[in-house]
Amino acid sequence: MLDKNGIAKRIAKEVKDGYYVNLGIGIPTLVANFVRDDISVEFQSENGVLGMGPFPFEGEEDADIINAGKQTITTLPGASFFDSAMSFAMIRGQHVDLTILGAMEVAENGDIANWKIPGKMVKGMGGAMDLVASAENIIVAMMHTNRAGKSKLLKRCTLPLTGVGCVTKIVTNLAVLEVTEQGFKLLERAPGVSIEEIKEATEGNLVVAGDIPEMNI
Amino acid sequence: MINKKVANVAEALKGVKDGMTFMLGGFGLCGIPENAIDELVRLGIKDITCISNNAGVDDFGLGLLLQKHQIKKMISSYVGENDEFERQMLSGELEVELTPQGTLAEKCRAAQAGFPAFYTPAGYGTEVAEGKETREFDGKMYVLEPAFKADFSFVKAWKGDEAGNLIFKGTARNFNPCMCGAAKITVAEVEELLPAGSLDPNEIHIPGIFVQRIFQGEKFEKRIEQRTVRQKA
Repeated sequence: MLDKNGIAKRIAKEVKDGYYVNLGIGIPTLVANFVRDDISVEFQSENGVLGMGPFPFEGEEDADIINAGKQTITTLPGASFFDSAMSFAMIRGQHVDLTILGAMEVAENGDIANWKIPGKMVKGMGGAMDLVASAENIIVAMMHTNRAGKSKLLKRCTLPLTGVGCVTKIVTNLAVLEVTEQGFKLLERAPGVSIEEIKEATEGNLVVAGDIPEMNI
Repeated sequence: MINKKVANVAEALKGVKDGMTFMLGGFGLCGIPENAIDELVRLGIKDITCISNNAGVDDFGLGLLLQKHQIKKMISSYVGENDEFERQMLSGELEVELTPQGTLAEKCRAAQAGFPAFYTPAGYGTEVAEGKETREFDGKMYVLEPAFKADFSFVKAWKGDEAGNLIFKGTARNFNPCMCGAAKITVAEVEELLPAGSLDPNEIHIPGIFVQRIFQGEKFEKRIEQRTVRQKA
């Protein structure tokens, strides 16, 4: 079973040379730490920066340079700043190659819910609806089950949707799965996790075909 | 040169009234029109509708207007950092319209650029699209979103000149350029207001035609919402 860093490490392998990548808040943010340093990748933050670097050293924070999580950041050589409309032109216009985001629920048809729990304080969708509606390559990073132990990979989402039929791949603490017409196709198992355990934790239809390798991370 | 310079924030906000709709630039607390917000608090006008990506924190940014119960309605994409906001929203005092961030930006830009509405894929199949016209283009579904209509835009830039030309800094740019010229009157506050001719025309982000009033902000606190640092190795 993987921890959050393990999930991020596995997703980092999906980041290819020449990719522009948008990382959501939470586990996705950790992915930047594990991307191979022999490939060229630029991270986009929807508040208006491409070419994000690490957090600044103490005393070098600039209130005018933050990420979408409102954290102080730095920029790397080749970085650029732009306004919010242009930022979403990059996203909506499919210029961003890969979007990695968290989710509360994913359905076997690729629907995703990650912004609202009825009856609880609604903070808003931020840029998530724009991202999921437009990106062609969306990877969801999340735990396989919620805190109550219930599956987050469902036949149908129960929470209000963020987008329909948009998720392509899911990396959890237990497995790597692909969304197909038949449901969640199991691609890889986390180290030490059995197919039975994954089946047990998946409410939606799980497609297991042939040998399922362990993740190589 | 058409001079857009006004003496101070009081002159810049002349004409604001109860019940008006305002656009306010900024992302979190980054690039917010601090001086205009302070003046709105001082004027005490009520029942205002604010179009702003976020709603500030309890004691800064739009949180200051919320504290005084001056806001009737917020149109935002994310409002998570403000307890007073939450209280007013849950008690029904405050009306909230949550809008996907890219749609929010484009609704400003559409108003600026003279488009009455546009189609976007964001929100299709979700509650955001309920009651809205949808249409298929090349096999994909889109939602029709109208441009915003607002009385004033309050934006913050780094440098500006008397002609109203603006240059923004870093990610403090965010929604500010999209809101220029998107309301009946655009008021820009700048950290540094220069005579016309001081800025290189090649480096202007927003031409002065989109700005009606410009003033030098008296103070910019530029509060950091999430100070994050790494240790020196």
